[in-house]
Amino acid sequence: MATVLERQIKMGDDNQNPMHPKLFKVMKVRKETHDTFSLNLEASDGSGGFHFQPGQFNMLYLFGVGEAPISISGDPGVKKTLTHTIRAVGAVTKGMMKLKKGDSLGVRGPYGTTWPTKEAEGKDVVIIAGGIGLAPLRPVIYHLLSNREKFGKTVLLYGARTPDDLLYVQELEQWRSRFDFEVLVTVDRALGKWQGNIEVVTRLIPKATYDPANSIAMVCGPSIMMRFTVLELMKQGLTQNQIYISEERNMKCGIGHCGHCQIEHIFVCKDGPVFRYDAMVELFKKRDI
Amino acid sequence: METLEPILAAHPFLKGLEPDHLKLITGCASNVVFQPGQFIFREGEEANQFYIVREGKVVIETYSPVKGPIPIHTRQKGEVLGWSWLVPPYRWHFDARALELTRAIALDGKCLRQKCEDDHDFGYEIMKRFAFVIAERLEATRLQLLDVYGDRS
Repeated sequence: MATVLERQIKMGDDNQNPMHPKLFKVMKVRKETHDTFSLNLEASDGSGGFHFQPGQFNMLYLFGVGEAPISISGDPGVKKTLTHTIRAVGAVTKGMMKLKKGDSLGVRGPYGTTWPTKEAEGKDVVIIAGGIGLAPLRPVIYHLLSNREKFGKTVLLYGARTPDDLLYVQELEQWRSRFDFEVLVTVDRALGKWQGNIEVVTRLIPKATYDPANSIAMVCGPSIMMRFTVLELMKQGLTQNQIYISEERNMKCGIGHCGHCQIEHIFVCKDGPVFRYDAMVELFKKRDI
Repeated sequence: METLEPILAAHPFLKGLEPDHLKLITGCASNVVFQPGQFIFREGEEANQFYIVREGKVVIETYSPVKGPIPIHTRQKGEVLGWSWLVPPYRWHFDARALELTRAIALDGKCLRQKCEDDHDFGYEIMKRFAFVIAERLEATRLQLLDVYGDRS
């Protein structure tokens, strides 16, 4: 049964309000791991075309339950379908895991800053992802591969807890088979038939082929993983202004009004989630944020 | 005949070593090949070598009667395998097994230990380089223990 808000949205009520979600329909649900899934969404009004830049996020509204900020994980070149990869960790995302084809979802966005795809042109690009951190970086990968000639060497270093926690396994294989994209994958622990790397993702950084003096690094993953990754990148010769990170914080409004995601003077939702590391270096070190 | 000296000189682990020291270490080196699945060393055996991996992949693992082999980490091209040869009682604490066809340079630990005793400058160089390897492993192990991808990270 449709909720009041769902009915209002269908009637096109209050469309100018930035807090007002647009109705989308679930076209496909794909299980990625035991607790992570991807939703392919299309606008219910048939307007088609959802424009976003790699790194941006949407506020996804599960009717009757609540809203959650979720990075866009699809191809920015494919306008018709909006893809989100979601880890079921709270009431909202656990509820979203139960969605089926044909169900509705509210979408507000896209919000936030973007990965520096323009600045990276002509340079080597090192993408480092940990766990579900690959989801917000996947749009960059699509962009790099669609515009391959604009970039130098491209590298993806991806770490997860176990082989069962790796996202987009088929795509990883496809990317790995390309000659113009170096893909190194590792897990922290493994049993059974795993023949790949077992080591932390930071240990892949010295093994990849790129020119530290002419590289841009884009990093997304758990906070501890990002801290150690930044240290290793700097050990390899990258400077703070060559490193970009994506911060994850609890967000409420998504547009810098409520202060829910505020870290000192920074609103992660509108000043981020993608930051150049030199802007975050002091805040990154603080214990109480 | 071509010696292993230029290969060792180019390896990151030995880069920048004095020519005399490089000669000392080359005197203790030999080429080795391991087939996929072959054990390179086993837990409890005497640790009298270390290896510079040139190609392939090696897994360091232990064994549980309940779980079977438990992999701990992997080593591959460009990396150093093994430091128990440097620390008494010179016994391996884990198993090492080739996951793929693996080519490496084996360094005779007994021979090197003696050379380190005889030439403390050389010994200090080797110790500094192994301290780096050990510190790197310790940091990686700590990160593994932190389980950074877990729910509470």
